[in-house]
Amino acid sequence: MRFSRTSKALGVAAVVAMALTACGGGDSTAKDNGSSGAGNPSKVITAYGGEPQNPLLPANTNEVFGGRVMDLLFSGLESYDASGKPVLEMADSIKTTDSQNYTIKIKSGQKFSDGSPITAKNFVDAWNFGALSTNAQLNSYFFESIEGYDAVSAMSKDGKTAAPTAQTMSGLKVVDDTTFTVKLSQPESDFPLRLGYTAFYPLPEAAIKDPKAYGEKPVGNGPYTLKSWQHNAELDLVPNPSYSGPRKAKNGGVTFKVYTTADAAYQDLLSDNLDVLDGIPASSIKSFQQDLGDRSIVKAYAGNATITIPSYLKAFQGEAGSLRRQAISKSINRDLIIDKIFNKTKKAAKDFTAPVIDGYSDSIPGSDVLTYDAAAAKKLWDQANAITPWDDSTFTIAYNVDGAGNKEYVDAAANQIKNSLGIKAEGKPYATFKELRNVIGKKNLTGAARAGWQGDYPSLYNFLGPLYGTGAGSNDGDYSNPKFDAKLKEGLSAKSAEEGNKAFNEAQEILFKDLPVIPLWYQSQTGGWSNNVANVDFGWNGVPLYNNITGK
Amino acid sequence: MLRFILRRVLQVIPVFFGATLLVYYLVFSMSGSPIDALSGGKPISPAVVAQLTSQYHLDQPFIVQYGIYIKNLFTFNLGTSFSGRPIAAILANAFPVTARLAVFPLAIEAIFGVTFGVIAGLRKGKLFDGTVLIVSLVVIAVPTFVLGFLLQFVVGVKLGWAKPTVSSGAHWLDLTLPAVVLGLVSFAYVLRLTRTSILENMNADYVRTATAKGLSRRRVIVTHILRNSMIPVVTFLGADLGALMGGAIVTEGIFNVPGVGNTLYKAVLAGEGPMVVSIVSVLVLVFVLANLLVDLLYAWLDPRIRYA
Amino acid sequence: MPEKTQNINRIEHFVADLEETPLQTTDQLNEQAAPLSLWAEAWKNLRRQPLFIVSALLILLVLVVALLPGLFTHTDPTQCELINSNEGPSAGHPLGFTLQGCDVYARVILGTQASLTVGVFSTIGVLIIGGTMGAVAGYYGGWIDAVLARLGDTFFALPLILGAIVINSLPFIRENRSAWTVVGILVTLGWPQIARITRGAVIEVRNADFVIAAQSLGVSRGKALLTHVIPNSLSPVIVIATVSLGIYIVAEATLSFLGIGLPGSVMSWGNDISAAQTSLRNNPSTLLWPALALSITVLSFIMLGDAVRDALDPKARKR
Repeated sequence: MRFSRTSKALGVAAVVAMALTACGGGDSTAKDNGSSGAGNPSKVITAYGGEPQNPLLPANTNEVFGGRVMDLLFSGLESYDASGKPVLEMADSIKTTDSQNYTIKIKSGQKFSDGSPITAKNFVDAWNFGALSTNAQLNSYFFESIEGYDAVSAMSKDGKTAAPTAQTMSGLKVVDDTTFTVKLSQPESDFPLRLGYTAFYPLPEAAIKDPKAYGEKPVGNGPYTLKSWQHNAELDLVPNPSYSGPRKAKNGGVTFKVYTTADAAYQDLLSDNLDVLDGIPASSIKSFQQDLGDRSIVKAYAGNATITIPSYLKAFQGEAGSLRRQAISKSINRDLIIDKIFNKTKKAAKDFTAPVIDGYSDSIPGSDVLTYDAAAAKKLWDQANAITPWDDSTFTIAYNVDGAGNKEYVDAAANQIKNSLGIKAEGKPYATFKELRNVIGKKNLTGAARAGWQGDYPSLYNFLGPLYGTGAGSNDGDYSNPKFDAKLKEGLSAKSAEEGNKAFNEAQEILFKDLPVIPLWYQSQTGGWSNNVANVDFGWNGVPLYNNITGK
Repeated sequence: MLRFILRRVLQVIPVFFGATLLVYYLVFSMSGSPIDALSGGKPISPAVVAQLTSQYHLDQPFIVQYGIYIKNLFTFNLGTSFSGRPIAAILANAFPVTARLAVFPLAIEAIFGVTFGVIAGLRKGKLFDGTVLIVSLVVIAVPTFVLGFLLQFVVGVKLGWAKPTVSSGAHWLDLTLPAVVLGLVSFAYVLRLTRTSILENMNADYVRTATAKGLSRRRVIVTHILRNSMIPVVTFLGADLGALMGGAIVTEGIFNVPGVGNTLYKAVLAGEGPMVVSIVSVLVLVFVLANLLVDLLYAWLDPRIRYA
Repeated sequence: MPEKTQNINRIEHFVADLEETPLQTTDQLNEQAAPLSLWAEAWKNLRRQPLFIVSALLILLVLVVALLPGLFTHTDPTQCELINSNEGPSAGHPLGFTLQGCDVYARVILGTQASLTVGVFSTIGVLIIGGTMGAVAGYYGGWIDAVLARLGDTFFALPLILGAIVINSLPFIRENRSAWTVVGILVTLGWPQIARITRGAVIEVRNADFVIAAQSLGVSRGKALLTHVIPNSLSPVIVIATVSLGIYIVAEATLSFLGIGLPGSVMSWGNDISAAQTSLRNNPSTLLWPALALSITVLSFIMLGDAVRDALDPKARKR
């Protein structure tokens, strides 16, 4: 597999990437579908969407439907191209010598769509607004690496209320209109990679004065502007004439239709009432390629699926626990599930990250534990029983039913574990996501739980640190290994991305020994488009590249 | 009569408090914090959790939370949903759509259910009776998601006679397919109720009298048998109006109807007390009024029934 | 109509010639008379109806399948091999396989018990609670009606999903979910419908001539309700109950689909129907068979309902 390299010379990468995108999209499986060239530039594209969960503020948008709108309305310091390479947008340069102090220069003469100029202050103010706990922005933890974050997110003495001791972070300093500096509390080599994420977009002054009103009708600097937002029905976006970055709109606008189910959207797609759908529903996964022919796409994106086995389960601790974890991993026939349940639209996992990410390796030592071998699995399980016998209870895999498509593969995996190991195993449904989160948060799981991760930004660290670092925010299985933590730290403070990635992959070797989770497969986005549009491709995160879509 | 109506309208008050208290308590006792639903499994800083918790009074005991809701209600403020939108605005969007999607299927089931029921009753044991029995069986045994999917796929996608989903305005015409799906299950009830009632009344003395008097068969059926057979049907339709106003999660999902059902479902999943309670309050009002209407219809259908 | 004439004769005889009739003759007449109990008479009538016999046989069959599934299959329906996913019928597997590679026939047979439990006991529970509430409210009227009817409104306003989620998340139930918890949920949230129908029917009947006549003859209000009003209000209730029986079995499917019904290890038609949702276009037969089993069960109960209704109706009976 080919992978781009992220270097400190992001400017160069940007130029190359721009040239690439102009040619019509890197390694997509999508074909140009006949209509070469510009097509109909005034066609308004209707796209699959949902009602954004929160007001449209960058640091408050943490779910996919709000995120896809924000990414079109705003232009950050950088954006990610189809293969996940960062491309400079607002930034002229992002420089550091020690991975801890960054100097960011932005292009001069940039404007918000209402005509007001964009300066370094708009970035610093937006980040400070996003980080301050009393503003209750859901993405505030994205700023936690910046020095002074502890002060803006301080708690009262009883630990019950938010009581910030400062309004701004000391690590952010405006130098002049086009320059600001960022000081992190420790070296983090992948910090520049994060800067294309939604939370880091700039905000005009009006937004900070009245975030509530602004969140209803945001004014941004991206390739599109928000014309209207009819709640629970649609969001109308029109091209922003003053945008001059790499993602210039090639159509007459994008209308996001709000759907409650992908099934409904799929029927609309079939009858050309919807132009672009990402995420084919489970009920049509076996027929969509037939239904749509060359108007369909399957594309790997930066996400994976795993089964978490919590460290606090007695049967899965110590030597016997380690054997049991290996046995479970080897008892699941990933390729068969991918074939029968997902119609071959995914790829079996070879590590804990995702192949779209720079630094990915499919041959990390220890990864052979992911190969299906029922006989070996049974042997490992029996060895574990020789140390401490299995109490004959049912091995459960918890999942939430309000998220689509979990039941089918969890049941399939449970059946395979049951058949391979000769134990009782079944899926354990929770009606609501929050009920499951509550059980996980209180460390009350009595068995395994399904999990998945979608990269916020294309970096190995994003797939490891937040999930398996001691005490990390999404460490559901309560995993802790000082050696692993040390490797992560080594990777973060590395001088170059290559060095960093090497350390991260060494950290993965430790994970393969401990198996805090059982990797299952890498995610792929499935999608399709109508007879009325062409040039559809999906980005590194599985979201369509809306600005490139043209009418026919 | 006026006093009867007034008394019934006043009964809304205790029902309102009973239902809202109960529902608020149920939402309160659901496990898991609404903040977890809001964060979507992504990490969230403890300071932000604390801020949101106090902002939505989630740290208060149940009765205080309920009190705050009721207090705000008296100033015509239903509060704000977690999405930052006023709950009143969300309800104002969803209820008109659902109202259309309640009246439409109600009309379908009333018209077809009663007509077919009458014919089946008059021709008991004949071919028509057997056919409608099979039809109603199919309607009962085939789940809504299958009926909905089939109608959508065949009529909407393959034949192209209608749009497969409801467009943003949710016009009457767009609502035809979901209305048919919703009407079908209740159609089975109405049909069987009508048929049974007809059978029961066909042999009544007043029917024999009317026939003996020389009235035409048609007149006997419509003004005598039918009118006297309508009480159970009217009762059922009244209850069904209430049920339909509560929205239908599955049907709304299939046809992408921006109605009450999904709004309520999402609010329940997220544990949004004020939102759930606000919807239920409107429903309570609808139920009590629908029941009042049904009771008034009893008196009209059967003059022997009198209300003090 | 000879029977009717006889009837009138008997009454004339009874009223006019009481003094002159010898004692033995009166006794003899009493012995020969049809049983006075409405229920006994209905039963006698029921036994003769072909509709009843067919439905009773069908129900008996479903009951046997539910109680003794081992007579019909020896395949383990929980032994699922994904390699067989959506495969068609083969030797020993007459109806093919589900998406997960489980045997469809074995699942339909073993699903009978849970589905029948849900359908029958939810209906019985709803009839007992809703029927009592509705009959009392409709018959007595006034403030009793106001309280009971409004209590029904309150419960009717509870969203099914909310109630089901909360009941299910109670710690005791969370770990011990079975067909009975589903019955509990459906009865708790389903009784107001039957209550309303019963109330409407009772209101209609309570003013009928024969009730007023009975009361004028000195029958107490309570006794009149039990012996005259309720038997004559039953037909709409029976209709709703028999149709609901099927609706409840399907409702279990919806609840299971939402994760608040039966656990995956309990087999039921509903569980299978909802699991078939994703195979609707590729392998509709996984839906067909459990749905067919459900239809047959509902059909037999609807026919039984019709037969019972006919037997209870004194006017229809005489034909």
